[in-house]
Amino acid sequence: MEKIHIAPAEAAKLHWFAVPDGWLLLDVNSGSVLRVDEATVACLEKIAAGEELDQEAEEIAAELLALKEQGLMFSDDAYLGQYEPPEPVLKSLCLNICHDCDLRCKYCFASTGSFGGRRSMMSFETGAKALDMVLANSGGRKFLEVDFFGGEPLLNIGVVKRLVAYGREREKAFGKTFRFTFTTNCVGLTPEIAAWAEENNISVVLSHDGRPEVHDRQRVFPNGRGSYDVVTKNIQYFLAHNTRGNAIVRGTYTAYNKDFCEDIKHWLELGFPRLSMEPAVETDGPRKLTEADLPGLKEEYWRLARLYQERREAGKPFDFFHFRLDLSHGPCLPKRLTGCGAGYEYMVVTPEGELYPCHQFVGREAYKLGTVDEGVWPEAKDIVEKFRQAHVYNKASCRGCWARFFCSGGCHANADLFHHDIMQPYELGCQISRIRLECAIWLAVKQKEAEICG
Amino acid sequence: MTKHIQVVFKGKLQESAKSGGCGNCQSSCQSACKTSCTVGNQACEK
Repeated sequence: MEKIHIAPAEAAKLHWFAVPDGWLLLDVNSGSVLRVDEATVACLEKIAAGEELDQEAEEIAAELLALKEQGLMFSDDAYLGQYEPPEPVLKSLCLNICHDCDLRCKYCFASTGSFGGRRSMMSFETGAKALDMVLANSGGRKFLEVDFFGGEPLLNIGVVKRLVAYGREREKAFGKTFRFTFTTNCVGLTPEIAAWAEENNISVVLSHDGRPEVHDRQRVFPNGRGSYDVVTKNIQYFLAHNTRGNAIVRGTYTAYNKDFCEDIKHWLELGFPRLSMEPAVETDGPRKLTEADLPGLKEEYWRLARLYQERREAGKPFDFFHFRLDLSHGPCLPKRLTGCGAGYEYMVVTPEGELYPCHQFVGREAYKLGTVDEGVWPEAKDIVEKFRQAHVYNKASCRGCWARFFCSGGCHANADLFHHDIMQPYELGCQISRIRLECAIWLAVKQKEAEICG
Repeated sequence: MTKHIQVVFKGKLQESAKSGGCGNCQSSCQSACKTSCTVGNQACEK
């Protein structure tokens, strides 16, 4: 019988990784996920190294080739790396409704609300022009997303409310639907605002960092006092009246709380059900996370994944944003190539009506795109095109990464911050994304297996 | 079912390259301050 040979390049189309109860394998280009045993892993490692296969490995290789015939293994990229993104269509806006804040969080990327400029509020007229701009430039898109951001958007809640009412009125004429969100530090989150958000179906991101000492170390008032007591009470009230389930509590971890699983447990004790915890992105200083932290962070994410699974099995589940992964009906491949769409599908509007590719680019003058009065300037079209072409096939470090169709190339602003080049992703962010994805894939597999067995 | 390998999810990414791209799904900000919406987390609107 002729020896089976599988070229090492074929193994590069797969990603296999250890999980608490064995091994999983992802067929990168199809998105198929398979459980494999130790012998299969040994076989794959031989194939990747170009080594000769022994008898058992040959038997497994035959199984792998049979799965290839079914389109589940060694799949080729559907575009073979040749992809031309669609024409730009604006569908999503971040309205920096207020460049000011009532907190002075120490890790704030927005210079505690001012974005390095003067503290200012968006007028209703500027916001209305922005909504008209997205309505007029959104082509065939039905759903338009608008996030009220800042600074702290609740400091300008009167304008936010007027803009939501304006948007609801204007969307009818265009046959479109605005999906509104606001992100708040929760200091001014009153019962009245909670009722308004509920009534108007506004999704809300609620910032909180977990344990009191962790939260109060970073999230402080201008006088240095911690904000934990005030915001915890406000979030509890808000969530108790949020029947739509469209609010999420999000936190930031830094080098000071690499044991962030304890902060998530604290949230669960407080009764917060939908959660997200993100690494701070810092170029320097005591909060900065580094490559040396990765082994510990990996352990921490797996600790969280096991907690998630234990709670689910015990009938006390919680939602962790980055473990939410639909492997059966997730986004299509075109969506997965271009990520956030900053600069051509998504833009930010400053209080003065200036346009930037996203909220993170505000104040980086080379990236200014235009204004709500003038639209995108002709001389900024090159910037728009650069963002449109910033897809995974055009990023050298993404082309060989197994996670490229899940993370879609990472955050452009972080790439620019660390490399002054949106085509060079921020490596630590990539590594953390890959860890979270392995956890999420394992949890999706556990869920599917429970459904099959149940 | 094979001796060494079990298929858990059959991926459809290649098919979706032909049928997808309507653009109606949520924008997926990758920035941590907005709860970086890893694209894989997003739901398809179809």
